[in-house]
Amino acid sequence: MSREELQAAITAALSDRAEPRGDEPGTALITFDEGGQFLNGNVARENIVPVMKKLRDELGFNYLFCLTCVDWKTHFTMMYHLRNLDTRDELVIKSKIEDVNNPAIDTVSNLWQTANFHEREVYDLFGVKFYNHPDLRRIFLDEQWPGYPLRKNYEDPNMIEL
Amino acid sequence: MASLIEEDIMTDDGEFVINIGPQHPSTHGVLHLKVWLDGETVKKVEPHLGYIHRSIEKMCENLSYRQYIFSTSRMDYLSAHINNQACCLAVEKGLEVEVPDRAKVIRTILAELTRLASHALWWGCMGLDLGAVTPFFYAFREREMINDIMEESCGARLTQNFMVPGGLMADVHPNFVAKTKELVKMFRQNLPEYDQLLTGNVIFRQRTEGVGILTKEDAISWGCSGAVARASGVSCDIRKHYPYDAYDRVQFKEIISTGCDSWARYLVRIEEMKESFSIIEQLIDNIPEGDIVAKTKNVIKLPKGEFMAKVETARGELDVLLVSDGAANPYRCKFRSPNFSNLSALGHMAKGAKIGDLVAMMATLDLVIPDVDR
Repeated sequence: MSREELQAAITAALSDRAEPRGDEPGTALITFDEGGQFLNGNVARENIVPVMKKLRDELGFNYLFCLTCVDWKTHFTMMYHLRNLDTRDELVIKSKIEDVNNPAIDTVSNLWQTANFHEREVYDLFGVKFYNHPDLRRIFLDEQWPGYPLRKNYEDPNMIEL
Repeated sequence: MASLIEEDIMTDDGEFVINIGPQHPSTHGVLHLKVWLDGETVKKVEPHLGYIHRSIEKMCENLSYRQYIFSTSRMDYLSAHINNQACCLAVEKGLEVEVPDRAKVIRTILAELTRLASHALWWGCMGLDLGAVTPFFYAFREREMINDIMEESCGARLTQNFMVPGGLMADVHPNFVAKTKELVKMFRQNLPEYDQLLTGNVIFRQRTEGVGILTKEDAISWGCSGAVARASGVSCDIRKHYPYDAYDRVQFKEIISTGCDSWARYLVRIEEMKESFSIIEQLIDNIPEGDIVAKTKNVIKLPKGEFMAKVETARGELDVLLVSDGAANPYRCKFRSPNFSNLSALGHMAKGAKIGDLVAMMATLDLVIPDVDR
């Protein structure tokens, strides 16, 4: 599918039946960015689970191959890389988390098992909490580790400035 | 990393809790598995990671686009070339630079040699894990030859660091073509020995057949890739579906099995080696003449945006995601390593299996722990 067709298909699937929680009725669940290597869709933080479920069940994006987070200092952006294993289409879903002190988002680990480990990694290194995650513990670092290393404001007390 | 406060070694249900690793030969590195056992039966497996976490992603944020490539040889050290290739492809995507043909072909050959060396080591270790010591020495015979080829051209045997954005750091050694041909010829001749030692071995087959079942749906849900997913019937070879470098000009089969068990994963890797021979043979006589590296600026700066490259390492799909803010080093650098996702499926596969088979399952996952921890 070409990029435009994919965008149209996703917009169609996500517009009519979707019930945005707390949003005004009629607000699109997804907006698209121009350009970029992949088709980029932006989804509000509250809608991430229903949107991902629709993408998986109705549009065949059954493979979550990458899940990560970027610290933009003013906000966090969660990035979900999805692939349709039948058509080989790829899609990036981004979700902005405004609260930099207590970032949190719903888990998608009930949709894809692989998200379990990936979300634990994001929790460990960025401190983003995932609601309803079955086992949210740090994955690499010690439970007592101070701070979240991949945040931009992280300061390592043991670092020696050269 | 787990806090090492020990729980009771026996739960209320009479299940024993034992720790395998982090220093256990069969875990191929510092992997710590916490296993709940009912007699011999595995009830639950919990991998504890982080013993070799070096925070490569954070380090890369302070390295330039030429430097960050080298830290990735230390992730999956058995696929060092292929890791480097992924990093170069990501930078090249950002720079929109065209790699010379010669570099593309040599990169592909090197990647396939790496895959052969990695699979040979895996095959030896697989036997070792199941109690057969001899295969290890047979596997190292071929692996040494490949390492010698690498040493001659790249200067290193394991962490090669031969690829740079735009092509290769240097041209290959004059002996490269002849030696590679000789290797492929010899490896092809020796592969039947592999079959005699392990593939046809009754004990080996009984320990792998029907063990560690991972269905297609589960493989997709757990994000498995590489031989692990292909043995469960998932068509996911990046070389085939998203060809990079010279993979679009060679003919090869994507090996898929629907066996879903340890035996299927074993067979897929063995067959993959034969495909690698064929890829090398198709390319080795037709290495085009010309430049080995495209002209790039001394200080590479990528435009704002996100660039992702994916490659098929010996273990599965490796994605390198670069988020650039226009500066000379990455704003954020993410490596989606194949082993991280493959390992997460272990707990699911091992449920209900016997403890002895757990080792067999881990062997067929082909784990490299530094790649999991990064």
